[in-house]
Amino acid sequence: MSVSLDDVRHVALLARVGLTDERAAALVAELNTILQHMDVLSPVDTTGVELAPSDAAPTVLRADEGPAIPLARPRESFAPKMRDGFFLVPRLDTHEDAGGAS
Amino acid sequence: MTNGGSSTATDAVSASLARAREVGAGRDGLNILLYQDADGALAEAARHDTVSSTGPLAGVPVVIKDNIATLRMPTSCGSKILEGYVSPYEATAVTRLREAGAVVVAKSNMDEFAMGSSTENSAFGPARNPIAPDRVPGGSSGGSAGAVASGIVRIALGSETGGSVRQPAAFCGIVGVKPTYGRVSRYGLVAFASSLDHIGVFGATVDDAALGLETIAGHDANDATSVNRPVENFRAGRLSASPLKGVVVGKPVEYFPSDLDPKIAERCNTAIDELQRLGAEVREVSLPHTRLAIEVYYIVAPAEASSNLARFDGVRYGLRIEGDGLRGMYEATRSSGFGPEVTRRIILGTYVLSAGYYDAYYRKAMQVRQLISRDFANVFASGVDLLFTPTTPTTAFPLGAKSDPYEMYLSDIFTCTANLAGVPAMSQPIGRVDGLPVGGQFIAPHFHEAGMFRAAYALERALGPRASQ
Repeated sequence: MSVSLDDVRHVALLARVGLTDERAAALVAELNTILQHMDVLSPVDTTGVELAPSDAAPTVLRADEGPAIPLARPRESFAPKMRDGFFLVPRLDTHEDAGGAS
Repeated sequence: MTNGGSSTATDAVSASLARAREVGAGRDGLNILLYQDADGALAEAARHDTVSSTGPLAGVPVVIKDNIATLRMPTSCGSKILEGYVSPYEATAVTRLREAGAVVVAKSNMDEFAMGSSTENSAFGPARNPIAPDRVPGGSSGGSAGAVASGIVRIALGSETGGSVRQPAAFCGIVGVKPTYGRVSRYGLVAFASSLDHIGVFGATVDDAALGLETIAGHDANDATSVNRPVENFRAGRLSASPLKGVVVGKPVEYFPSDLDPKIAERCNTAIDELQRLGAEVREVSLPHTRLAIEVYYIVAPAEASSNLARFDGVRYGLRIEGDGLRGMYEATRSSGFGPEVTRRIILGTYVLSAGYYDAYYRKAMQVRQLISRDFANVFASGVDLLFTPTTPTTAFPLGAKSDPYEMYLSDIFTCTANLAGVPAMSQPIGRVDGLPVGGQFIAPHFHEAGMFRAAYALERALGPRASQ
C-alpha cells in the first residue's frame, strides 16, 4: 500500500494539522518509506490472536463522585482565553454568534 | 550515598547547582537542563535542614524530565506548544520523591513529547552527551541521563515508551530502569502512548536506581492502570553473599545478531561470564518475534500518540495561534506548535487508524504485539529467571548522524520489546568501546524487579571499575 499526496492531505485534515505543500510532499515520501518496512507484519500468521491477552486485568473504574482534584493555580493562569469560567474558542462556522466569542 | 556525602540538604543542593554551572548544563552548553529553580530548591533544602528531615532521600537533589508535571517549574515536554506551561498539579512520582525528602532542582531536556532516541528533536535544541559532547546522550530522556552522568544529581526521573530511559542510560554510562507496566503511577506524566508509557529512574549506581524506584513505586488511585500489589525491597540484593546461585539467565539469540558490533558483543559476553562465575546458569534462548518489534512499536505508538496529542489544540492550555475560525485555529496552533517528528508520528498514527487501513496496520500490529508478549511468557515459563542482552546495537552516535527517521527508530531495537510486553528491564554500564559507554540489559518477568536488581547489584560489584573502562 502506498500513500498519496491526497492521503496525506486527508489524514492531516483528520488530525487537524496544517501542512505546507512542501511539508505534505515530504511526508508522502517519509510515510511510504516507513510503511514499506511495516509490510513485514503482513505475512505473520495471527489467526486466533486477540488484541489483548485473555487474562488482561479489567479496566478499573472509580465512582463518579467526590471533589475534583485540587489545582494549585487557576485555569486562567494557563488557558489561552477564558471568560466567566469558560474556555473561549473562535466562533464555529455553522454558528452565528453576536457575542463574538473570540 | 545519594547526596554526594553532603552533611546538610543545603550543602547537597548547593553542590548540585554548582556542578550544573561547572559542566555547562544550560542551553548554551550541554543543554541537558531546560529549567532550573535554584531559589526554590535552596528554600526547600533549608526547610529540610530546619526540621531535620529523615526520609530515605532527605536533602537529595533530583532532576525531573520535562514531561513529568511539577508545580514550580514549567512542564513543556520539549515542545513549543507547551513552552512556559506550568502544571496546576504534580505527578505522583514527584510527590513521592518530595515526600521522601528529595529536592527537585531542575527539569531536563528531552525529545519533543518523548518522540526520539537522541534528544535532538527538542524544540529547545539538542542535548549533548557529557561523556563525549560531540555525540548524542540518547533519548528521549537524554537530559536526565546527562544530569546523572555529569554528576549534577545521582537520581533523575525519565520516561519510557520504547526504551527512552535504558537507551540514554547506556549511551551515558549510568543505570536506567523501566519498571513493570503499572508498577509506577503515570499520573502527571504527559501521555504519549498510554499502553507503552512508563516513568523510569536513572541512577549513578544500581543502588541509586533501586532507591529511586522503590520510592516512587506503588498503587495510585489517580492512575487506572496502576497495579495494587506490594512493593518489594529492591535494595535487598546489595547485601547478598551468593546472589546468583540457582538463577537461570537466558541469552536470547535474537539480541546477538551476526552483524552486532563485535566489540559490544565482547563486552556483553564478558558480563555473561561474570554472571556465570557468580553462580548463574546461562542458557541460550529464543524470542522469535523480536525481529518484528520495531515495526509493531512504530505502528502502535504513533496510533496512540495521534489520539493523546489531540488535546493540544490551543483551547485549554499552551500555545494558541489564531486562524480562520475554529478549525483554522486548531490547524495553525498544531502546525506551529509541533516539530517535524511529532507531526510525522501524528500523521502516521492517524493513517494507520483510519478506515481502510486499521486492520492491515493497527489491528495486525496489536496481534503481533501479543506474540511478542507470549515469547517472553514462554521463556520465563521454561525456567529462565532473567534475560541478559545488549541495551543498544551501537554506542552513542555523533549529533546529526541519523537523518533518516527509520534508521533512528532502529536505535530502540533491543529495548522496545519490554515496553510492548510490559515487563521490567534495566540497563547498566558494562564497559566502554573506543571510550564510549556500553550498556548491558536485564529483562525480568512482570513484577520481578527485586530479582532483576539482585543480579544488577552482583554484576556491578563483579565488574567493578571495568564497567567504566
